Amino acid sequence: MPAITVRVNGLEVTKEVGARTLLSTFIREEMKLTGTHVGCDTSQCGACVVTINGKTVKSCATFAWEADGADIGTIEGLGDAENMHPMQEAFREHHGLQCGFCTPGMVMTAVNLVENNPDIDEDGIKHGLEGNICRCTGYQNIIDAVKTGAKAMRG
Amino acid sequence: MYDFGVKTPKSVDEVKTALGDSDDGQYLAGGQTLIPVLKQRLAMPSDLISLARVDGLSGIEAGGDSITIKAMTTHADVAANADIQSAIPALAKLAGGIGDPHVRNRGTMGGSVANNDPAADYPAAVLGLGATVVTTEREIEADNFFTGMFETALDEGELITEIRYPIPEAAGYIKFPNPATRYALVAVMAAKFGNTVRVAVTGAGPCVFRVPEMEQALTGNFSPDSVKDGMVPADDLNNDIHASRDYRAHLIGVLARRAVAEANG
Repeated sequence: MPAITVRVNGLEVTKEVGARTLLSTFIREEMKLTGTHVGCDTSQCGACVVTINGKTVKSCATFAWEADGADIGTIEGLGDAENMHPMQEAFREHHGLQCGFCTPGMVMTAVNLVENNPDIDEDGIKHGLEGNICRCTGYQNIIDAVKTGAKAMRG
Repeated sequence: MYDFGVKTPKSVDEVKTALGDSDDGQYLAGGQTLIPVLKQRLAMPSDLISLARVDGLSGIEAGGDSITIKAMTTHADVAANADIQSAIPALAKLAGGIGDPHVRNRGTMGGSVANNDPAADYPAAVLGLGATVVTTEREIEADNFFTGMFETALDEGELITEIRYPIPEAAGYIKFPNPATRYALVAVMAAKFGNTVRVAVTGAGPCVFRVPEMEQALTGNFSPDSVKDGMVPADDLNNDIHASRDYRAHLIGVLARRAVAEANG
């Protein structure tokens, strides 16, 4: 395989990848960005959601070389502990997590949903989160968090 | 995954060369089925021939009496397309109900149709709307395309380039999704073209199929009342942990009535 060039959270990198290297593996093991989680590895759970050119995808169901030339966004690009994204703040405020494993995918999806539809309603949030599974919360706090996060993002 | 080579052709001609240069090449479209299958070692192609960078395989063209969707168009793009939403809303709805948002951002129409999963949505659109599958070699009518479980009329190496959907007078699509996978436990597309009615059922049997008895009844009177229970016998339907064949037979009647009601607005 020839090397690929991608921009991850705005930073351009060129690296060699194997044919079988999944985008999730590339992000975690090559870029050392371990916020992107691999939950099921069978493309069901959505813990590995990142954005490619602004669209949410399951990075465990995408080869790294398929993203050659693309802009990739991961949870690390949203904020950090001192300077959280409003959606991350909302997840903390509403306790939209318990174990936290699904949270990176939930937050990436939620931010994308609101960016595409700032006035998203509860039904839209529920449908929009269909590809993200949480085994702890029962979802209610997550939905409350996304509503609050959406309001904060609208400003 | 077993190891494989990667080829990234830029044109349909290069695709053919790439396939010819491979011992056992396999096309990769959106990968939302193939990549999980590779992970499970259920397939071991010598090479993956990625179609993502092939010129001219993506896009939607609205014509006078049909809509043409190129093979690599994603489900998300079909669902969001204004021409499809206005001309064949049932098709936009179908695409918008596949999998989940992330799958719809990667998964493609051509990949879904070529795979012909017995519980996939797209086969119901192609067969129910009487679409024409255009390939690198020829045009194939929907009635001749789906030949069995995961089987199609496509020859070795033949590639779907686009699918032409005639615009119906009215159409409705109702799915009873498996709540975990969003695949169809049963789903029905009902479409009316003048004096012709087509009803296609996916999820219920080993392969998408039409229901002539319903079509006949609906041709006389395109109303939910024309659909009677028992028009599809349970005998040959799928029977698995998700639903019994009797339940699926029942669902076909219920969903067909709802699809006709939706078509009638």
